[in-house]
Amino acid sequence: MSGAMTLNKITQQKGIGISEATRRIADLGWTPSYVQEAMTFPTDYRIAKAPKDPMKQVLRSYFPMQEEKDNRVYGALDAALRGDMFRNVQPRWVEWMKLFLAIIPFPEISAARSMAMVGRLAPGDDLRTGFTMQMVDEFRHSTIQMNLKKWYMENYIDPAGFDITEAAFGKCYATTIGRQFGEAFVTGDAITSANIYLTVVAETAFTNTLFVAMPSEAARNGDYALPTVFLSVQSDESRHIGNGHSLLMSILNKPENHLLLERDLRYAFWQNHGIVDAAIGTIIEYGTKNRDKKKESYAELWHRWIYEDYYRTYMLPLEKYGIKIHHDDVAHAWDRIVKQGYVHKVAQFFSAGWWANFWRIDAMDERDFEWFEYKYPGWYAEYGAWWENYRKLSKPGSVPITFADTGYVYPHRCWSNLVPAVIREELQVDEVDGELYTYGSEVDRWTHKEAFAPEYQGRPTPAMGRFSGRRQWEELYHGWDMADAIKDMGFVRPDGKTLIAQPHLSFEEKDQWTLDHVRGYTIQSPIVNLRAMTPEARAQHIADYRKGFTIKRL
Amino acid sequence: MSVQGEQSPLSSGAAGAAVFPGSDSRKFNYFEPKGRKATHYEDMTVDVQPDPERYLAQGWILSFGDGTPTYSKDWTALKSSNWHLYRAPDQEWERTHYQRQSTIVGMLKNIVDNGRRAGAPSRFDPRWVKVLQDHVGAYKHAEYGLGKALTQAQRYGYTQMINNAILTNSSYKLRFAQDLTLYLSEIGLDLNGFDHEAGKKHWLEDPLWQGVREAIETIGGAADYLEQYFAINLVFEPLVGELFRSGFIMQAAAAQNDFITPAVVSAAEADYEQNLANAVELFQIMSSDASHGEANKLVMQGWLERYAALCGKAADLLQPVWSQPRVKVVQFADAKAASANRMAAICDAVGLQAPLSLN
Ligand SMILES: [Fe+2]
Ligand SMILES: [Fe+2]
Repeated sequence: MSGAMTLNKITQQKGIGISEATRRIADLGWTPSYVQEAMTFPTDYRIAKAPKDPMKQVLRSYFPMQEEKDNRVYGALDAALRGDMFRNVQPRWVEWMKLFLAIIPFPEISAARSMAMVGRLAPGDDLRTGFTMQMVDEFRHSTIQMNLKKWYMENYIDPAGFDITEAAFGKCYATTIGRQFGEAFVTGDAITSANIYLTVVAETAFTNTLFVAMPSEAARNGDYALPTVFLSVQSDESRHIGNGHSLLMSILNKPENHLLLERDLRYAFWQNHGIVDAAIGTIIEYGTKNRDKKKESYAELWHRWIYEDYYRTYMLPLEKYGIKIHHDDVAHAWDRIVKQGYVHKVAQFFSAGWWANFWRIDAMDERDFEWFEYKYPGWYAEYGAWWENYRKLSKPGSVPITFADTGYVYPHRCWSNLVPAVIREELQVDEVDGELYTYGSEVDRWTHKEAFAPEYQGRPTPAMGRFSGRRQWEELYHGWDMADAIKDMGFVRPDGKTLIAQPHLSFEEKDQWTLDHVRGYTIQSPIVNLRAMTPEARAQHIADYRKGFTIKRL
Repeated sequence: MSVQGEQSPLSSGAAGAAVFPGSDSRKFNYFEPKGRKATHYEDMTVDVQPDPERYLAQGWILSFGDGTPTYSKDWTALKSSNWHLYRAPDQEWERTHYQRQSTIVGMLKNIVDNGRRAGAPSRFDPRWVKVLQDHVGAYKHAEYGLGKALTQAQRYGYTQMINNAILTNSSYKLRFAQDLTLYLSEIGLDLNGFDHEAGKKHWLEDPLWQGVREAIETIGGAADYLEQYFAINLVFEPLVGELFRSGFIMQAAAAQNDFITPAVVSAAEADYEQNLANAVELFQIMSSDASHGEANKLVMQGWLERYAALCGKAADLLQPVWSQPRVKVVQFADAKAASANRMAAICDAVGLQAPLSLN
């Protein structure tokens, strides 16, 4: 037969549909009979057969689609330079990107690594294929963010801090919070970490604040690059959320998993709140120059994305499967943001420790005060004096604000999420294996003492992770001179004396703090001191701490 | 009253708008580039996965229940005096990876669509169609198995450079497994009686394929991630993968009137050249390590013997496939000799002895 075809036949060439294609691809898998796969990443969960994988996608359409997304991102970066974006960008904003972009490529690549863990557990090769695509996505996210960071370094007025980025990530008292976040994706029980913490909570709930709310704020500060990159990243998340949900459904229908699920949803939600709201809340509220009263505050964004979108439409429906949802935690997190000033207190802490940073923190001014007061009534009475002091003490030669007589009490750090216990009345102290620890709240105490333990409510949980390492940054430098600690961290500019961090945005040489300005102040670790106290003194200290403080106007 | 007020207003946030300490520090300065200056790949990759030897002042702050930290050097039998030395020769980061993958799938789509439009599959020799259906159909599962094993392996490496090289390798293998699957599905639409289930049946049941399946499952079952990476690129690929792809399909197809399949398969050959270079570089570093080189060679020689025996057996079991096409243009013995040469060259490159089972 001749191969010649009629035009009609040519235009109507049959292909195979996406459903058929995904079915055939899923059929690439088989059950091994010679050697079983090594089950190297443990879990205490039982996995049932998966319900249908919602994602239908094959690599031959995936790669061109992603390349096209990339082209748009890199095209936009070029366009931003041609349009002289950096002439109009707000340095207050870009400075915080030194922190944010130091952190985020690690959680992203950790998400790629964690696909190994859920990949092995996935019931069915369709879901497994979904996880491998997510692995490649997360590799994309990590390196596209590194690229953005390099781009800022090359084009923004002050590259210092970007230039040491991955070194800074390993040493900084703030990035330690981000390391807790990323390590939690890949360490411990494979389901707890790679499914519940990463996907069911971080990706499903919190990427909206990270990758949608933050880009909007970036744009308001003249930064058109970050939105391009992060909205492109976010466009991959719906597939990841679908993958995670499929695996969740295959855990959910086994009642023996319900206890662990309740534990992990509680731990993951609370810790994501603690970490993401601290970091992203601070960046969005304090890293912006835009004080449009019509825009949503972080609290309003949180209500939309976390409360309405996630809690009501994703978490609540899990109840019908018999999972206990901790409504009280969600309500409490909301209260912490709206009433207890969680974000404001974290921002206050970051500014208190500005000299240990590798980015600049700009003082808040009257325009900022007005906006905060409008969005968070009572803000000025509680934080106004602090920021006025901060501004006064921003000249080199001033006492570093941490050591000035403002009434501020350097906070204890939470052993679970590593964010300082800034809501003073919620400080918890407890012993685990004979050692004393501090926590930012009751759920954090429970996380360490009960959830991260070899047994949960009488059930052995050998796969569960443990908190380890030198978790508290302050312990590294307890008793050190500030100047020596800064040098040890490498947070010094190439001249060998000017600090990378500055409590202002002036680029004039006379305004820059150097090591000499910070010498003679000794760093103290609150937990070391607390452990050294007599029981009576400790009880008194804790009672005083919980009472909080009032800032004196200098 | 404000310090800001005393400062001159900032006119621009652009590079060069002001000169002050650090204002020209515009390179990542925390790692030693391999060459004179850092490549873009290095900037995107090095130290993104930290470790206590490089900047992780607090150490890993989580561990597994048994105390193993988030990343551990004990996840492979190989030892290194500098895990951070390795750079993947292909220098892939996300953009180059997607560009390359996307170019490949675009090329394949054109070739397959045009070939089908011209009615090419209907001119394939019927016995060749059966070879494609049964044996290329079986082989696609081997590629998938390798892709899965590499997905697993990319969790364990001690540095970002190692893990990302393994990750992209996984991505290439999984793409190729899907390429074959969809290609067979599509030509099957043009061929009467093409049995889409036959490939998997042969993979699971045909004695010819059981050696390959055993090798793949053994690799998948290994708990040492570098053993997996080694076994895949340095042993399975030359002894089975390339043998079947280059030593059979690519050479035999044309004589059966098939000009499409070699194009599909050639993409995998190019993938392999790249992944082989990545793997050889890594294992060469391991075998030449000043403190651990000799011990590493011993470990790798052990892997080599073990997997060469499995893969050599798998290859021999496949021999009858070479006589199935009507037009016989390649001899199994020739393909096998070429694959032994390739194996010897690889062994030489990483400082190992050619495996005994090949002599
Ligand atoms: Fe991501
Ligand atoms: Fe994701």
